[in-house]
Amino acid sequence: MRIVTAYLIGLVFGLGISISGMANPAKVLNFFDIAGTWDPSLIFVMGGALIVTFIGYRLVLKRSGPIIEGGFQIPHSRTIDIRLIGGSALFGIGWGLSGFCPGGALPVLGTGNSSVVLFIAALLAGMLAARFMMRLAKDSRTASQAATIQIR
Amino acid sequence: MLTEFTPLQSALGGVLIGFSAVLLMLFHGRIMGATGILMGVIWPANTRDWAWRAAVVAGMASGPALYLALTGGFPDIHSPVSTPLLLIGGFIVGIGVTFGSGCTSGHGVCGMARLSPRSIMATLTFMATTFATLYIVRHLIGG
Repeated sequence: MRIVTAYLIGLVFGLGISISGMANPAKVLNFFDIAGTWDPSLIFVMGGALIVTFIGYRLVLKRSGPIIEGGFQIPHSRTIDIRLIGGSALFGIGWGLSGFCPGGALPVLGTGNSSVVLFIAALLAGMLAARFMMRLAKDSRTASQAATIQIR
Repeated sequence: MLTEFTPLQSALGGVLIGFSAVLLMLFHGRIMGATGILMGVIWPANTRDWAWRAAVVAGMASGPALYLALTGGFPDIHSPVSTPLLLIGGFIVGIGVTFGSGCTSGHGVCGMARLSPRSIMATLTFMATTFATLYIVRHLIGG
């Protein structure tokens, strides 16, 4: 049941991306090229998605929990740090260079487009590289904490 | 390369994206963020957690087929950048969304809709650097 609903919800997302133009890097890049071949369409994608999600979340989150799973899993962190800002800044640079964002690219996999296969391969490599870096940083923090405790 | 201004189609697509985000919260209690869902597929916490995420990704990849069935054609997809830029850009996106804990769907749609201060800051930041990157690539370097 949960696999079926997850698949169908992904399908609605994939159809939305396909209709919206987010699947087309040429269109996405033109949105960001105000000084050149500007195409403001993506404002309407963002607007449509935000209005529906804003209202929908308010209705759904009044419930005691989701229909299938145990509880709502919503990030509660309010920390705005260098990781959030630096990571987001890098994401924008990569988006501007490639024209694909992860949510725009995943549905395109279903068309067999060769550019998106290259993008996704590089995306996964970057995600894993970052994950390893974060793990190393955590390990060295834990190690230095352990060392500090020993010294005391 | 010029692309056609498609306000109605884009708004309809956006409504469907928002609808899927609401449905994922209603049924599964989860945020519809491509980064988080994909990370759970390639770096799974456990089999049960992996399965629903893999199903969402499979559903996403089936979107164009449904579009084909409804309209008789695939959506326009044209990548105007060179292969090295696509690979470098993809790698940078991967690092950025992992450190930034989200992308356009997670922060830009779901987080903004919750009025999360982190997501609002993240979205303003990546929109600004994307605009800046395009300006540099197309008008300062590309001229």
